[in-house]
Amino acid sequence: MIVATIAFYLFAAVTIAAAFMVISARNPVHSVLFLILAFFSSAWLFVLMGAEFVAMILVIVYVGAVAVLFLFVVMMLDIDFKSLRSEMLNYLPLGGMIGIILLLELGLVASTWVFAPDAASLAAAPAPAADSGVTNAEALGRVIYTQYVYYFQAAGMILLVAMVGAIVLTLRKREGVKRQVIADQVARTPQTGVEVKKVEPGQGI
Amino acid sequence: MEIGLAHYLIVAAILFTLGIFGIFLNRKNVIIILMSIELMLLAVNINLVAFSTHLGDLVGQVFALLVLTVAAGEAAIGLAILVIYFRNRGSIAVEDINVLKG
Repeated sequence: MIVATIAFYLFAAVTIAAAFMVISARNPVHSVLFLILAFFSSAWLFVLMGAEFVAMILVIVYVGAVAVLFLFVVMMLDIDFKSLRSEMLNYLPLGGMIGIILLLELGLVASTWVFAPDAASLAAAPAPAADSGVTNAEALGRVIYTQYVYYFQAAGMILLVAMVGAIVLTLRKREGVKRQVIADQVARTPQTGVEVKKVEPGQGI
Repeated sequence: MEIGLAHYLIVAAILFTLGIFGIFLNRKNVIIILMSIELMLLAVNINLVAFSTHLGDLVGQVFALLVLTVAAGEAAIGLAILVIYFRNRGSIAVEDINVLKG
């Protein structure tokens, strides 16, 4: 238990420190790398809570896909980040005030709420007991593919729409690029494709 | 000391606040704003999973997966918009984004 406690405080501290560095780092590439660190250490927090599947998905989806996407965009665009940071301190008082107020409000909520008396019996999809031998991934799979299969399908549709949308948005027609047009190739006939020249003997073309 | 639900809720609250703070601090940089939104969604996920494991109800984890999906799609679309905006205008400063016509 002492190991779990130490691990919690370690990973929580790393997560929060990395999140702070994300918003305050001077270089956006460093921001992305700290974002990766924040996601990675919060995945460990998920493991500590006992939600291994979500933790692994977090590592795969965020560290493997989203963070790399951010890294690509930051490195691909030639942006003058210095000018973007020039007025950063102007927003510090307002942002800090709103942040502190929000944190106080969230602290008030976190310190005063209670569970409803029948909360434990209202579970829509009760998790299997820890000693039943069913892993977290298996239990989650049993729920996702049966009770929540429509939500699962909707998530897939969202990803499909996002993929198609991103491709459509970034696709551009460039001038002066030779492309293969299948229809033109198929529509070619001997009349359009072959030109018959009458070559005089000994003259060349 | 036993690590309970409240510990995770406090971590999530701090993360969410840092996300909001990041949006204010980096008003001009859309990339950092997108990353702040990702941080806020991560805080929401921590809340959902903490309640889910504490109450023994798997729905919270299912919903966390949906939030993750939406976050991934949002990042992809947001960055795609950012790339074409930079291609058209040569800048990503937020205050330049005030014209809706192409």
